[in-house]
Order: sequence, then C-alpha cells, then structure tokens
Amino acid sequence: MSNNKIWLITRREYLTRVRNRTFLLSTFLFPLVIILFIAGSVMIATQTHTHHKIAVVDANGYFKDYLRSDSSLSFDFSPGIDTLNYADRGNTAVLIIPPLPEDNVTIYRLKFKKQLGPAAKDDLENRVNNAITDHLIYEKTSVSRIQLDTLRSRSKIAALRTFDDNDKKARASNQNAAGAIGYVCAILIYMLTFIYGAMVMRGVMEEKTNRIAEVVVSSVKPFQLMMGKITGIGAVGLTQFLLWIVLLVGLSFLAQAFIPPSVGKEIMQLQQANAMGNAGNAIKVSEGANRIYEFQSAMSAANLGLTIFCFLFYFIGGYLFYSALFAAIGSAVNEDPQEAQSLMMPVTLPIVFSFFVATVALQDPTGPLAVWASIIPFSSPIVMTGRIPFGVPGTVPWWQLGLSMVSLVAGFLVTVWLAGKIYRTGILMYGKKPTWKTMWKWAFHK
Amino acid sequence: MNILEVKDLQKTFATQIAVDKISFQLEKGSIFGLLGPNGAGKTTLIRMITGIFYPDAGEILFEGKPFDPMNDILRIGYMPEERGLYKKMKIGEQALYLAQLKGLSRSEALQRAKEWFVKFEMQSWWNKKVEDLSKGMGQKLQFVTTVMHEPRLIILDEPFSGLDPVNSNLIKDEIYSLARKGATIVFSTHRMEQVEEICDHIILVNRGQKILDGTVGGVKQQFKENLFRIGLERPLTGEDLKTADASDAFTVVGRADGQLVVKIAEGHRPNDVLSWFIRKGEGITSFVEILPSLNDIFIRLVEGTPLARQFQRL
Repeated sequence: MSNNKIWLITRREYLTRVRNRTFLLSTFLFPLVIILFIAGSVMIATQTHTHHKIAVVDANGYFKDYLRSDSSLSFDFSPGIDTLNYADRGNTAVLIIPPLPEDNVTIYRLKFKKQLGPAAKDDLENRVNNAITDHLIYEKTSVSRIQLDTLRSRSKIAALRTFDDNDKKARASNQNAAGAIGYVCAILIYMLTFIYGAMVMRGVMEEKTNRIAEVVVSSVKPFQLMMGKITGIGAVGLTQFLLWIVLLVGLSFLAQAFIPPSVGKEIMQLQQANAMGNAGNAIKVSEGANRIYEFQSAMSAANLGLTIFCFLFYFIGGYLFYSALFAAIGSAVNEDPQEAQSLMMPVTLPIVFSFFVATVALQDPTGPLAVWASIIPFSSPIVMTGRIPFGVPGTVPWWQLGLSMVSLVAGFLVTVWLAGKIYRTGILMYGKKPTWKTMWKWAFHK
Repeated sequence: MNILEVKDLQKTFATQIAVDKISFQLEKGSIFGLLGPNGAGKTTLIRMITGIFYPDAGEILFEGKPFDPMNDILRIGYMPEERGLYKKMKIGEQALYLAQLKGLSRSEALQRAKEWFVKFEMQSWWNKKVEDLSKGMGQKLQFVTTVMHEPRLIILDEPFSGLDPVNSNLIKDEIYSLARKGATIVFSTHRMEQVEEICDHIILVNRGQKILDGTVGGVKQQFKENLFRIGLERPLTGEDLKTADASDAFTVVGRADGQLVVKIAEGHRPNDVLSWFIRKGEGITSFVEILPSLNDIFIRLVEGTPLARQFQRL
C-alpha cells in the first residue's frame, strides 16, 4: 500500500514534467550548451596567445644565434637598447643576461612594465636554458650548427603511445582522451546534481506555498511525498540521460556516414596495423583519419560499458544524496526565495568544492586527494566519475570502486533519513524564518 | 455508536502545550462543530485525528478501535483551512490523483469524479488547469476531492470561505446529505451563525483546553441569562418603568422597538413577570425567552484570554 502511494506520487511528478514542453527543449539544448561550453573553454585556452616582443641585452654575445623569434615570442637584439628605452622601441620587457660562467648558477633579469603571465615566463626561461645548452654543445663538441639543428628536428620523431597493462593483453590507452572523457563526466554530474537538486527544491517549495502539502499529507506520509518527488524527478533525469545516449549514438552514426571512403580506408589500415602490434611503424595517413582513429581507440580504451554503468550509478547516488538535502531546504523555507538562497550554501558548497577537487584529481588520478575524494560520499559522485575513464582496475582498483559505491549508498540513506525528519516538520511550518539551527532541531527532536 | 473517541489527547511543542488533555466523542452521522479562537489548538487537534501528527499522550479510537494512521486516514476526508491544489495540473487529473492517494483505483476514481462533476456542474472544467479557476471554483473542486473517496469522517476547516451564497448552499446541502448517509462531519469555523445553523454538537477549545462541550441547544440553555422580551400593546413610559422597577421578580434591562427586555431575578419564574403585567392591566402581545447566541457565548468565554497565540513557537 505504501509503495503504491510512492508510485502514484512518482508517476505524477514524472508525467507532469516529461509532458511539459520545456522538458524536450532542455533535453536537446543541454548537450548543445555543454558542447559550446567545452569548445569555448578550449578555444579560449588555445587562442589567447599574446605576442610578446622582448629586448635582449646580452653580455655574452651568443644568444642572438640561439633565441629564435616565433609567433608567441620575438627577440630584439638591436644595439643601443637598454632598460630605459626598451618600452619606447615597442618591447614588452627587457632581458638582461650578465656574462655567464660555466659552472655556477647566475641570476639574469627580466624587467617589464606589463606582466608577461606565467606561461610566457616559463616559455622564456626554457628558451634561455635551451640556448645555453645549444651553445655549450656547439662550443664543447665538434657538432656543427647544421648538425645540431638536424638532430633537434629528428628528435621529434618518437611518439609516445601508452598501454593499459592490467588485462592479459595490454590495451592501448590514451591519457588525454581518458582525461577529456573524465572531465566531461565530472561536469555532467556536477551540472545535473545542481539542475535536478534545484528542481526537487522548487517542487517542494511549490507544494508548501500552494498549501497542497497539508492536503496530501492527510493521505500519505510526508516521507512518502518526499520520496515520490525525489524518485519522480530522478526518473525524469534518467529519461533525459537515455535520450542523450540515443542522440549521441544517432549523431555518431550520422557522422560516420559523412566520413569519406578514402579516410575510412586509412582508418582501417591504422586499425590493422595496431592489431598486428606494429604501431611503431607509423603509416602515412591523413590528419583527419588519425584523429578519428585516436578518438575510436580512446572510446574503446575507456571501457564504455563500465563508464556508462558507473556514470548512471553515481548520477543516481549523487542525486539521491544531494536532492534529499535540497528537499529538506525546500520544506523549511517560506515563500521568500531569498531564504532558500542562504540555506542552500552548506549544500552547494560541497558540490562546487568536489568539482574543483575533480579538476585536480584528473591531473593526478591516483594521488591521495583523488582516492579519498572519490570514496567520501560528499564528493565521490563527481570525482569518481572523473577517474573511471582512466581505467578500472588499473587507475581505480576494484576495492576503491566498491568502497566508494557502498559509502555513497550509506551516505544517501543517511541524508534521505535526515531530510525526511526535517521535511516532516518543515512542510507544515509557516511564517518562521528557517535557519540551519532550527532544521537541526527538527531532525533530532524526539 | 461513536465513530471517533478522543481521550486525554495531548501534544506539546518545544515551548508550549498545543493540545492539553482534550477528550470528546463523535456520534456517527452527526455534524460536529469544533470551535475556538485562532491558535487555540484546533489545527493541531485535527492534525492528530488525521494522522499528520502523533499525539504525545492520550488515545484516539476510530470506529471503536485504536487509531491506525496508515489505514484509517483512507476513511477520513480532510479539507484544511490553508488548502491548495497543483496549479499547473488539469482539474480532472487532479481529482483522480487525490482520490487515488486515498486508495481508490483509477477506474473507481474516474467514475466517482464524473458523478461529482455532474452534480456540481463542473463537467466543462475537466481539462482546465487550476490556475484558470476562480477562488470559489477552486473551493468546490477542493470539496469534491475531500469527499470523493466516501470517507466515514469528514473534517472541514472553514469550508465556506470564499464561496458565494449559491455555492455555499450547494455545499451545505451536500454536507447534510452526507451526514444523512451516515458520514460524520467535523466542522471548524469562526462563523458562529453557520455553526448554529448546521451543527448538532459543539466543543469549544481555548488555549489548548476544552472549555465547552454539548449540543447547540444545551449550550445555549447552559449560558442563558433569564432574559425575556415582552411585547406590549402600549409602549411603557419612564414613569411606568419606575413602578416596574418596584417589582422584585424582574428588572428591565433594555427597551427596543417598543418592546421590553427583562431579566428575571433568581428564584422567580416567567409566570411571575406575566402576572405582574396582567395585574397592571397591560396588554401582552408577545413573550419570548432570549437565548444567548453562540457568538455571545464564544466571546464571553474567550474574552480576556490572549486571542492569538503564536502557533508552535520553537
């Protein structure tokens, strides 16, 4: 009987939302927004190189031959340039290199009126050190300048391919692609937790301000009403996710149809070459074919089945964990949305924090921060989904995955229980401005 | 037979006693008035009867058995004072949904909803949304959703607020007819004239305690002040009244529309008054006892106590 009621409530919550026109609209707009967001951030990251022109005052006299100008940095060795007039001559900064002894570290200086930024500064430092190395090789060995240049360009022919060594057969892995998939998963969980959590909160607030809550709780238990709402909206989320997968599969089939046959042939060649284990002998193929091949191998290396399963698990677990807390807040506030804002802080903060942890964890997916943050239920939904594409059981051992899943289930049981107690009192309480202190009392009173 | 029996019911919130040892019985098929000023504890009392709150102490017997919230609430219909509906939901769907929450199957709910919609001439509303309804229309829908599952106990908190006289009568007739069919109705309101008109039995609650319990007629008798209105053929002058004062059987307490209002002194009977006027040779056209209105009784009992307590101060 009681399950039947939760089912009735779930059904209503689900149908009223899925039948709504905004559901279809948001289902198709959301992936677009995500794609634009990622493309935008990649664009900003790659396109915002500023060109710096740097004056060089060199006491050694040889840097002119080794520091090459290019699109990001150019060097001005014109005579007579100094720390007083470099800016007038159109330079961003002036580099002052004193006579360098061979065997101890000497300080050289960069003076500027405008910051170069850390990336350009590192770049400059590397170039100066390379220049010194090149100079030493040239001076101390019998290598000629031409030989040196040839060697430098030759040394770029080795390409690193990484392999996951956990199965019987080592599988090709792609750290960058795994990182990208992990990042997308983490962003998705992060955004979905917020979107659906807020939806639950608004739904509860609507029931409270509409005063329908009292009518309904004379038929069902407050806990059933809360659970029905949470499961109903969760089902909306799963439906949306399912539609996205359908959309993605459809689009990728569509994209495959647009791959020209010649490129398709090249991809086949790459696949065969890799299967025979001679990936080292790079086959000459077009850039496009190589990209698509890398994408395909990354997708297969990421163990798509497990990734999707874990994504769903952590989506549901994280959603239950946080939406219960959002429901508790919704039940406590009155008409004033401002009240909700101030109460939401302690709930939104861990979500935002986990996302930051996830970005750090993706750089070092086996580090202690990544491991612990993916086990603690506050942050595990976002951090663990970010780590999983790096490989299970390699990067993420089974015990970590198991422990993380169990603690997430335990975590949401606790938050749902706690939220149920707050909700029971809050949903019928009007007029009083709620605080976390009163909500705490509702949760633990009697 | 009593459908509901409440014994020493008690509910305490953090800093105050909302309901303090209240007991009463509800006879099956009766219409029962639950009265009291704002913040007296009525809503808390109702919420315990409807299974929303658990009592701290005391006992509720529903149809002679201890109250089992899980099942018995399906036999109760509750229309709270602060009521609402899902604004974006279609009216027909909403009626079906709320009836199903009360345990009806979808087909049963559909059949009964159709019957009620015909009875209240609401058929054309079925596919409209609640936000398109006027307040009175919403009220009718709310009433329908309260009684659709044929509850044995119907609790109505201010059911007529916002209704025009025509619709008020429609609901009132429906209340009588439900009571005739054996449902018991608890009616909570501040409109005393409605209580006098509709209720058989009332209790008055103030500051969490029951201060009055009885039939409407009985309560009025209990609080009567031995006042009578006498209509006379000839309006009496002040001179006459002086002599009237001379009688020790009554005192004149007022005059209106050429009639006298007299208060009969302790130990005397109406006949003593009549015989005094007859002896005086005054022609009597009418002689009626003035019973206090429930409104007067309510005000007299409640006055002097702080009317509005803040509900559930935590």
